[in-house]
Amino acid sequence: MGTYKTSDFRKGLKVQIDGEPYLMIEMNFRKPGKGNALYECKLRNLIRGTVLSRTYRGGESLESADVEEIDAQYLYRQADTFVFMENTNYEQYELSAEQVDENWKYLKEGMGVSMMLYNGNPITMTPPNHVELEVIECEPGAKGDTATNVTKPAKVENGAEFGVPIFIKPGNVIKIDTRTGAYIERVNS
Amino acid sequence: MSDADFRPTANWETLKLRAAMLQRLRDFFAERGFLEVDTPLLSRDTVIDVHLEPLAVDLCDRRRLYLQTSPEFAMKRLLAAGAAAIYQITRAFRDEEVGDRHNIEFTIAEWYQAGQSMSEAMQLLSDLGEHLLGLGAAERLTFAEAFQRHAGVDPHAASCDDLIASAREHGLLHENRPPHRQRDVWLDQLLTQLVEPQLGIAGPTILYDYPADQAALATVRPGPPAVAERFELYVRGIELANGYHELRDASELRERNRVNNLQRRDAGRRVLPEDSRLLDAMEHGLPQCCGVALGFDRLVMIAAGATTLDEVMAFPFPIA
Repeated sequence: MGTYKTSDFRKGLKVQIDGEPYLMIEMNFRKPGKGNALYECKLRNLIRGTVLSRTYRGGESLESADVEEIDAQYLYRQADTFVFMENTNYEQYELSAEQVDENWKYLKEGMGVSMMLYNGNPITMTPPNHVELEVIECEPGAKGDTATNVTKPAKVENGAEFGVPIFIKPGNVIKIDTRTGAYIERVNS
Repeated sequence: MSDADFRPTANWETLKLRAAMLQRLRDFFAERGFLEVDTPLLSRDTVIDVHLEPLAVDLCDRRRLYLQTSPEFAMKRLLAAGAAAIYQITRAFRDEEVGDRHNIEFTIAEWYQAGQSMSEAMQLLSDLGEHLLGLGAAERLTFAEAFQRHAGVDPHAASCDDLIASAREHGLLHENRPPHRQRDVWLDQLLTQLVEPQLGIAGPTILYDYPADQAALATVRPGPPAVAERFELYVRGIELANGYHELRDASELRERNRVNNLQRRDAGRRVLPEDSRLLDAMEHGLPQCCGVALGFDRLVMIAAGATTLDEVMAFPFPIA
């Protein structure tokens, strides 16, 4: 475990503050012409997503965080636990429902995801930007209604609900943007 | 190496603006009878400032020289030798300073006029800003007024605790950690984060009458409160220029050098040579004068509506 001096500070550093990992998402060097150097940082908590603003004096340091990103596959859910497997060494990792948060809506068994490990333990999971899910339940649309700006709820294979256009029927596969939760298109099968 | 690595970060339109502004700056001084001078970048002597780190250059014969952090030593030697009004546009180097508004090597415009009062020097700086930026004349605000207005403290009288209280009130303290006790750092942090962002918004602002312990090479006017006869130009929250009613007393400069070197040593910085040809010149006699240094790259940044130096420099430090 190393430390970063203020002169090493830059966007993208992963550091540890109060025992939690943070990503330096912004770093501005500020210095009155004849004054003290200040390092204005914005740091995102890699577990909770909250953002911290902190200003450091020249000569201060931060501990580096042992954070690793891995490619994994979603295996299954057991009660409130989601189980994943690393693609290269088949190591299994578990995340709680709280850690997975809203992202459970995009998961389908066998799907590739990226995970973040902190000190070897999983802390977050990020699904691919686009996922394809099969609709299992939705109201029939009114005949001839092809408008796309009107939506109705549709339940997909994992139990999540998304707003979809009126023409979507059970059995259709839909593409969803996981960053916004928005319907993108119907996938031809 | 990718193709992008050899290309300038500034676009051609901005590089043309930069060239035009350089010409207008020279015209401004030529119209006012200033002589353009040209002094060495590399010198045996260097400014001894607690917060400025010069780049050292070691010659084959083991002599150590320094790249200038500004041309002020050489220009004051010219004044002591009889120059009346001089300017130069050159390069200065300050180690450790890299960021969206800092580059280790930068272009500095610096000028001096013998016999000038601080008020006249502020007027000339305001005129120069108007000539190059067209944003109107600068309003004048004392350092104390600016702090009262934007940080709610008196920068000359406030204790370290008063400054910390202001920082706390404005949400600048770190959670879960006791605040440090360096008064000068808190003053700089309040300046940088509360005061500066409010300066030069409606039009240019000149801040003047600095705390006496921030005099650098300016004269100190006895108080109370004693203030350094120093002034700075701000536009859109960015510090563009720094001026002094110049210190002329050689023994006072020797004392400041000694104290600054002690502080540098305590801060883990190298001790710098205290004797200099500037001291020789001051002992001979420096005329009463004012001098101003202006960050030319930042000036272009403002004129171009840019927010980073990369946008106005061909090859900023990371790709120099």
